[in-house]
Amino acid sequence: MATKTKKGEEKPIDIFKSRLVPDCKIMSPEEEKKLLEKYNITKQQLPRIRLTDPVAKALDAKLGNIIEFTRTSKTAGLSKFYRVVVGGISE
Amino acid sequence: MILPQSVEEQLKELKETLKLNKAQMEKLRKIAERQYEKALIEPGEAVGVVAAQSIGEPGTQLTLRTKWLAGATEMTVTQGLPRLIEIFDARREPSTPAMTIFLKPSYATSEQRVEEIALKILEITLDDIIKEIDVDLLRMRVEIELDPQKMKKFGIKEKKVHEIIYEEFKTAKITTGAYKINVKPKDEDIDIRKLYKLKVKLRAIHIGGIKGIKQVLPVKHGNNWIIKTSGTNLKEILKLPEVDIENTTTNDIFEVFSVLGIEAARNTIIEETINVLKNQGIEVDVRHIMLVADVMTNDGTIKGIGRYGVSGAKASVLARASFEVPLKHLFNAAVSAEVDDLRSVVENVMINQPVPVGTGLVNLKVEKKEDKKK
Repeated sequence: MATKTKKGEEKPIDIFKSRLVPDCKIMSPEEEKKLLEKYNITKQQLPRIRLTDPVAKALDAKLGNIIEFTRTSKTAGLSKFYRVVVGGISE
Repeated sequence: MILPQSVEEQLKELKETLKLNKAQMEKLRKIAERQYEKALIEPGEAVGVVAAQSIGEPGTQLTLRTKWLAGATEMTVTQGLPRLIEIFDARREPSTPAMTIFLKPSYATSEQRVEEIALKILEITLDDIIKEIDVDLLRMRVEIELDPQKMKKFGIKEKKVHEIIYEEFKTAKITTGAYKINVKPKDEDIDIRKLYKLKVKLRAIHIGGIKGIKQVLPVKHGNNWIIKTSGTNLKEILKLPEVDIENTTTNDIFEVFSVLGIEAARNTIIEETINVLKNQGIEVDVRHIMLVADVMTNDGTIKGIGRYGVSGAKASVLARASFEVPLKHLFNAAVSAEVDDLRSVVENVMINQPVPVGTGLVNLKVEKKEDKKK
């Protein structure tokens, strides 16, 4: 199987096509500052996403970036959600 | 004030159907804003407890055991309480892994084509295409007789089977005839037990299809055909050109996490939970389930609700100790000299202090008049 997984890395799946993956983008430093000020929090208090996460990889995110997800919510239509990129194993 | 998108849409709809003018619209918006603000959860509300109750109470009405449907065409998938526990405990593998594969429109309408694809993805081992497999003790070898009919059904060529076996067993002497393969290990100290082991190994050799897909079933879904499978391999399935990536799902949450990421895993948790409850005729407000899913995926990995997951990750020693196996937590905390700030609920209950929930969350500061003058 080892050879097969290697093949997969050459031709990655377009994960953003899946309806399970919400629209997302990396926030600019200005946007980050605005966000943290709005909620009066530090980056460490945000929910996390691992650096090894397929979405973080696909966006080419760096440690400490904040990724903005635009979730399709059943109650609110669209809602924003933020995750900060952290290291560590994603298991 | 920013209203959520769904409310905005409703307002727009009202504006069109009732033909409201600008002033009326503004008035309506004001009312909507006020109502929205009223409907918001207040700060300090113990939403977790409410969610636990809201899922827990209907949970008592769920099927306690997995039903066994004899002779049903649909594949049996774990339902009811066992499945719910599986989801919330974040078990590595579901007891009945299953996928729902959607196909691109050009393939999905024709039953014949869908069946072709279904056969293509079905995992085929050597065991599926043989008539007989035997251990020849006299000549110390394993004899395989292939079944031409079965091979035709799965569209497998004899030559391909030979190639795979040659590739897998490079150290063995292999002789092939018409639909017959003999595998004889080359090492000298071969005994019967080793030979039987070889037989088992041979049967499980992967010949074709996608690993992990153990059953396939084309099902009519509206006008289109979809494929339901038992066994899952999201990564390989999504690579197929015929597959519609958008809608294809699996019930293995960890697989979704490793292929599509944490947000997709969250969505899968929500969907799977709603499905389990809906199948049993129970409706729980999505917001409770969303909260649970958010907590489970908060730190970027999937954590179960329990000692090894969410409860084990609490900051407070006393809170962790109050859940399960208290001594272990207290010992470990003592060894690493942990400090408990008593910021959360359980530990404050223990020491008989107001709990920081609801009105207990806010502190009052009195500004003295003299201070003001300064």
